[in-house]
Amino acid sequence: MNDPIPWLVVLPMAWASLAFVAGPGHGGRLALAGVTAQLILAVILARAVDVDGVHTHHIGGWPPPLGIELAADGLSAVMLLLTQTVALPLIVYARAYFAQAPAGLRYFWPLTGFLLAGMNALFLSADIFNLYVTLELISLGAVGLIAAKGGVDAVAAALRYLLIALLGSGAYLLGVALLYATYGSVSLAILAPLITQDAPQAVALAAGLMVTGLIFKTGLFPAHFWLPPAHAGAPSPVSALLSALVIKGSFYLIVRLWLYLFLPVTASAAAQFLGAFGAAAIVWGSLMALRQVRLKMLIAYSTVAQIGYLFLLFPLVTHNIADAAHSAYRGIALQVLAHGMAKAAMFCAGGAMILSSGRDNITQLAGISGRLPLTLFTFALAGVSLIGLPPSAGFLAKWLLIDAAITSGQWGWVVVMIIGSLLTAAYVFKVLNQTFKEPEQTVAFRPLPRMLEWPPFLLACGSIALGLRGTDVLNLLGMP
Amino acid sequence: MNWNAIAPLLVLGSSLLTGLIIFGLPERQHGLRSALNMTGAVAKLVVIGFILSGITQNESYQFRYAVLPQLEIVLHADALAMLFVTLSASLWLLTTVYAIGYLEGSPHRSRFFGFFSLCVTATVGVAMAGNLFTFFVFYEVLTLSTYPLIVHRGTTLSLRAGNIYLAYTLTGSAIFLSGVVWLYGLMGQVEFVPGGSVSALLTTYPGELRFIFFLLIAGAGVKAALVPLHGWLPRAMVAPAPVSALLHAVAVVKAGAFGIVRTVYEVYGVSVAQALGLLTPLAIAACVTIIWGSLRALWQDDLKRLLAYSTVSQVSYIILGVALFGPIGTIGGLAHLAHQGIMKITLFFCAGNYAETLGVHKIKEMNGIGRRMPLTTIAFSIGAFGMISLPLTAGYVSKAYLLQGAVAAGAPWAGWVLTTSSILNAAYFLPILVRAWFMRSAGSWPKEKTVNRRWHETSALLLFPPLISAIAVLLFGIFTDVTWSPLFWAKLIAERQYVNVANVLP
Repeated sequence: MNDPIPWLVVLPMAWASLAFVAGPGHGGRLALAGVTAQLILAVILARAVDVDGVHTHHIGGWPPPLGIELAADGLSAVMLLLTQTVALPLIVYARAYFAQAPAGLRYFWPLTGFLLAGMNALFLSADIFNLYVTLELISLGAVGLIAAKGGVDAVAAALRYLLIALLGSGAYLLGVALLYATYGSVSLAILAPLITQDAPQAVALAAGLMVTGLIFKTGLFPAHFWLPPAHAGAPSPVSALLSALVIKGSFYLIVRLWLYLFLPVTASAAAQFLGAFGAAAIVWGSLMALRQVRLKMLIAYSTVAQIGYLFLLFPLVTHNIADAAHSAYRGIALQVLAHGMAKAAMFCAGGAMILSSGRDNITQLAGISGRLPLTLFTFALAGVSLIGLPPSAGFLAKWLLIDAAITSGQWGWVVVMIIGSLLTAAYVFKVLNQTFKEPEQTVAFRPLPRMLEWPPFLLACGSIALGLRGTDVLNLLGMP
Repeated sequence: MNWNAIAPLLVLGSSLLTGLIIFGLPERQHGLRSALNMTGAVAKLVVIGFILSGITQNESYQFRYAVLPQLEIVLHADALAMLFVTLSASLWLLTTVYAIGYLEGSPHRSRFFGFFSLCVTATVGVAMAGNLFTFFVFYEVLTLSTYPLIVHRGTTLSLRAGNIYLAYTLTGSAIFLSGVVWLYGLMGQVEFVPGGSVSALLTTYPGELRFIFFLLIAGAGVKAALVPLHGWLPRAMVAPAPVSALLHAVAVVKAGAFGIVRTVYEVYGVSVAQALGLLTPLAIAACVTIIWGSLRALWQDDLKRLLAYSTVSQVSYIILGVALFGPIGTIGGLAHLAHQGIMKITLFFCAGNYAETLGVHKIKEMNGIGRRMPLTTIAFSIGAFGMISLPLTAGYVSKAYLLQGAVAAGAPWAGWVLTTSSILNAAYFLPILVRAWFMRSAGSWPKEKTVNRRWHETSALLLFPPLISAIAVLLFGIFTDVTWSPLFWAKLIAERQYVNVANVLP
């Protein structure tokens, strides 16, 4: 009872099931209570991990290889904290949002619950087959959430996402099968030393399959095409959930596999290759964001670009200079956290603006600064973190990444990151610029309840404040 | 935490808190907002007064906070910092009074004064930054908080000016950032210490050091409006007059020039910069800027644009003083940091008064304006005389030191550049004064406002700030060696910069 690990998975499943039975009218309250408890559990777990290292839990008391093992190290604890921290304000926001715009509410609470259960299980799983199960759980939850709004666009986006997700999981599962056939185990802890000892060709193939599958699910350029319509088309709380958290799940898994399992078989060429796709994503995503006329599409393309930064981890961390690898690892962790909070805040703020003005067109935001100053401020703060301007977590992340690139002498990535920052500034200010204009005719802005404005504001403040408290998180994270 | 650590935070907090509260105020609370603004500005000056008196008793005011292991936010109120902080805070008080008068009756004042306060918070942060990282943090906050002020009017023209401002400054900061991170990679920490701290790398990484210097100067040079990085400044003139005053005298260009001062003196150290052969190129860049700015000013027909080009030219006096190796040039440059601010803010206040009261924007509309607005025009004339560096003005004092510094540094050509610039300044300021005082007015003004006639020419809130700053221009020009004058501080700082390099001096 006093071990938080199983409860982090059981609790969201429980409230999701209850919400399904109770119906959409009561789901919000259940979710609020559940996620609050999850956040407390995540904090307890983080403290425990901080004090005495990796925590493991054997389900039903059966140790592996017979039973299922759940484990939490620094990286898991940080990701769990991020998930619950972002989810809680999102739940509050979603309650207010669906009260105003009920489309897509019907299965929102149960699907969100299952999605969060899947995320938490993903971060806690210690074997590659369980990880596959959690991936599927997340994908199905996400597909449901995208489709729930109804209409041709939503269903098309959901089906496209489903196809990609299945393809990705299929490739991943094939890799799992290869590894199991080679070593006779699926446990990360057992596989790691075996791969270091002796890695036949099949292992490299498995690594390739698993990483490729996960790249599709993460939405790295050029496999990003499913992402903007899916993220932009969904109701704003869902967009925030998908952009801030769901893609981080599959990215986490890539990092976990790459750093803890496949380091002996990954060639530096492969790392550079991933970095190059990351760079392309940064440039392409930002340019596309700059071209958008719809606010939510702009934010969605911004996610495509920000995913690119995450993949710069691989060329920077695979380098043989320990200092650079260390900086890169910590920088990416901060980038994941900063983007998680800032993007959730940005989608929510964007959603609030659209809800209030009734339009999703950037050029029609004039006059919003007088009506929704707090929401506009939220958008700007989130933008500051995305651009990587101080004082924000996004800035510390970029500082560490540029430091890693310079220390390891990889100047190309420095240039990419700087260009990326400037392009980000260009599309963020493209939006902000409009808000200073005086509206040409009197536009009717709908007044919004506070709960649509404050939760995103707190998220944005979080991504700024983390820029001043980065040390705590990095201490918890430990070394790769 | 003791008082010595809290004091720098209070200097920041007095305007930060004011700004945050003002953001939350409803638009119609004009009285409360003005009261808050004034309280913040006065409170800041009070804290600064305490710090100044402490510094003369060799107290050290420092605040440290680690955001990452080995990466600290350091606020250090040393003598150089306090020169800039005192300048900014006093001019901020004047500008606040002026802005309250100027913006009377216009919309979005909560937003304006909120960002106005953030802007000065960032400026004192830039001034008190104790290491390169902290400097960059506040330098960026400054960029972000000035942008809403530049686009404040929301017209197409001001939005474009805002975009150009961001394009220049954000590119500049990206360049600056890469230099900062690189230097941190080489050194671990880059604290600002008199005499600099990179000398240990001098033999192992001379090429890298030169390149990093170039990155840092280019990054700071955008805000300091070094030619050819100055393009944003004349365009930003579409902003309201108090914002121009802020950009030119209190905050932005000063922050850029200050960044160059810190880089040369306290990151590299003036002797190391000299040994690396970096000072002469910097001096040449400053000279080109001085001449180019003055030449461009000659051709302007819009008063504010003329003043903007004059700023381009004058700010490089500071940079030239920094680049001239030797304490006399240093004193001239640092004194000019303060003097230029006071003179330029006077001119901008006056230009704002002409525009706000009479609708006069163009120089050719200024005929006979001296009779209509005598006090404003007297202040304007004093500011202009200072720019030409006539005796008895503050401008003369710093120019005299710069000229001597040029000779002492063995760069007489720099002296010629300064003289030429003075002649050019006279060539564009004197015709304006002749128009204002001696030519007959056309009879009616473009857009005259009826104002309270008690002060004859314009409202008191608009009239007193330029008068006060004009008097300061005269005082600093006449009582040069009084304790607490900018020149006094400049000498104090220059002494410390050259203490470690006494043996290098001729």
